[in-house]
Amino acid sequence: MTYTFAEMRALILVGGYGTRLRPLTLSRPKPLVEFANKSILLHQIEALVEANVTEVILAVSYRAEEMEEELSVEAKKLGVNIVFSHEVVPLGTAGPIALAREILQKSDDPFFVLNSDIICEFPFKELAEFHKKCKREGTIVVTKVEEPSKYGVVVYDENNVIESFVEKPQEFISNKINAGLYILNPSVLNRIKLQPMSIEKEVFPGMAEDKQLNAFELEGFWMDVGQPKDFLTGMCMYLKSLRQKTPDVLYSGVGVVGNVLVDPTAVIGAGCQIGPNVTIGPGVVIEDGVCIKRCTILRDAMIKSHSWLENCIIGWRCSIGRWVRMEGSTVLGEDVIVKDELYINGGQVLPHKNIAASVPEPQIIM
Amino acid sequence: MLKAVILIGGPQKGTRFRPLSLDIPKPLFPVAGLPVIQHHIEACITIDELKEILLIGYYPAAQIQQFVGDMQQQYNINIRYLQEFTALGTAGGLYHFRDQIRCGNPDAFFVMNGDVCADFPLQELYTFHKQKGALVTIMGTEATRQQSLKYGCMATNKATQEVTHYVEKPSSYVSTLINCGIYVFSLEIFSTIGEAFNIKQQDIYRNGNGSKETGFIQLEQEILTPLAGGGRLFALQVTTWWSQLKTAGSAIYANRHYLELYHKKHSERLLHTVNDKGNAVCNIIPDVYIHPTATVHPSATLGPNVSIGPGVMIGPGVRIRESIILADAVIENHSLVLHSIIGQNSKVGRWARVEGTPSDPDPNKPFAKMENPPLFNHDGRLNPSITILGGFVSVPSETILLNSVVLPHKELTRSFKNEIIL
Repeated sequence: MTYTFAEMRALILVGGYGTRLRPLTLSRPKPLVEFANKSILLHQIEALVEANVTEVILAVSYRAEEMEEELSVEAKKLGVNIVFSHEVVPLGTAGPIALAREILQKSDDPFFVLNSDIICEFPFKELAEFHKKCKREGTIVVTKVEEPSKYGVVVYDENNVIESFVEKPQEFISNKINAGLYILNPSVLNRIKLQPMSIEKEVFPGMAEDKQLNAFELEGFWMDVGQPKDFLTGMCMYLKSLRQKTPDVLYSGVGVVGNVLVDPTAVIGAGCQIGPNVTIGPGVVIEDGVCIKRCTILRDAMIKSHSWLENCIIGWRCSIGRWVRMEGSTVLGEDVIVKDELYINGGQVLPHKNIAASVPEPQIIM
Repeated sequence: MLKAVILIGGPQKGTRFRPLSLDIPKPLFPVAGLPVIQHHIEACITIDELKEILLIGYYPAAQIQQFVGDMQQQYNINIRYLQEFTALGTAGGLYHFRDQIRCGNPDAFFVMNGDVCADFPLQELYTFHKQKGALVTIMGTEATRQQSLKYGCMATNKATQEVTHYVEKPSSYVSTLINCGIYVFSLEIFSTIGEAFNIKQQDIYRNGNGSKETGFIQLEQEILTPLAGGGRLFALQVTTWWSQLKTAGSAIYANRHYLELYHKKHSERLLHTVNDKGNAVCNIIPDVYIHPTATVHPSATLGPNVSIGPGVMIGPGVRIRESIILADAVIENHSLVLHSIIGQNSKVGRWARVEGTPSDPDPNKPFAKMENPPLFNHDGRLNPSITILGGFVSVPSETILLNSVVLPHKELTRSFKNEIIL
């Protein structure tokens, strides 16, 4: 027997400035930065709509106008209602839930809560079913990591009832961490006050004590793509998952190696070697004889002939000269121009810069 | 009748030019497509009265003979290699072979250091020499105050151009007029050297021989310094380009200037975008020299200041700037070579980047020369310099080689930065 909900809601914790993904977030709010040619937020909203969510609340503290504008078009297409909940002061990860109390309490059905930096296969339907079956106040999605000592781990019993949370454990006790995706009953609102509050540190431990939290184990990949290195790692995982699920969307042309996603409006020249793990956005022009590996090239950028790029994020409308070598998690902000024959290693370049000299060691270019 | 002596040294000298001098004697290293000392020879053959060129050095004859034969054929002039049994010093070497030099009774003879790169004004020097009735004429040039200390410094009488004081590498400032290592000597110089030789011999009998060869005589300290102020030593100050081939970095600098000089006398050696048959060669940013036996893909872009040796293969989309590519090297598709020397038979893979740091003279200081910094700085770190691949080195595709030196016969498997790879 499957459980369905008539009208579900979700709250996405969009939050602040996205400083970790600068310089990209100087030009666009983080949730609108395209991950694999689609804004991170849209990946999440599409998955929510798929699970019968009809209303998405975006908890934002800045630049809401730009997001409203961009998202309203997509929302209409998807038939989902998007509500902006503005924080005047940053309210942490729990406060925004209290701020949206009225909307979330419209029905007795549980609601989803998501951190906005997360990329995975978003099994919201399965999560909702699991939650309903467990009959507890909340369910946290957990994911397996290789080095749990870097994170806070989740300890739960054989019935998936969470016992405790341990911050950065020295001895191994679990390799499951909080994946930043939850489903909560409206009753959880009684545990949250309208003030800056952390859901992980101030709400969940109490719920665990009351045996009111379940752990839902995530299948497949998971990545917090909030910073450049992880953004690229997450992209590799996402493309691999596309290869398994919908290989037709991947690009297959001459000179392509491995998993590559290319917008149909992008142009790729002759004699190029693209891939593995490359995303090329709309309107991008790749001239002849270019080699690109493990990169994201955002909308309308131009890569001129004979250049070699690895481990880079190239911002919107950038122009990369001929015979340029770029590597080492280089991130170019919007509209950066890199002159011919330069070498950029680990550069973080702010928008609208004109780079005329090599950057051989990692450096921020203001 | 005139003669010229080119002093080429030997394998123990020119160690700062390693690893390039491991594969080829430094005097034969090609700059702007020609062995360094062929530029000297080309300067000599412009003087009609010059009838013989003598190369003096202590390289094994086998390493030099082929070149001597080639030159004789090419320029139709007497050229001989006189091999010293050991390093005798500049004056010692000249004295040792005095009979060969004096033979035929020349009016004077030029002496040219083999590692000098310049626009040699030999005719001007000889005219000056005759006019002054000099015993020795030294070609001089202006240096910066600070850099002058690394050279032979000359104080002169401004009216007569007589050298009144000569100090080799002084510890404090003497003069910014320095010795270029290019001379005109009258034959009587052998009696001056002979006297020095005899005094030295007597000294040795009196005090024992030290470690030096008995015939070892330095020109600068033992001959020029005593001659200064005696009315027979003159210096002609020139303002044309002059440099020395010391470190490998100075080869790139010399390459650029010799290419520039081709505009005056050998413009046929400089490549244009279209060849004489009207076919596109490749994209050329002058000046570029390409040996006729090299194969360059039309989509490659070369220059400025690039020399490509015989048998070299340059692939599609390759970019080379400020570099020397030696015989039979292969540069594959889309690669970039900047401020580097690629050794003979070396291979650079696709989308590779071989890049060095130029060590040109400070352009903001008038009369500045090459610094030729030591390999390592005070912190023990490698000074950034041009990148050099010895012979038979291979650089894998998609890697970067930055400010590094690779010794011959090395197969690299990854990127390197600021390293010496033994």
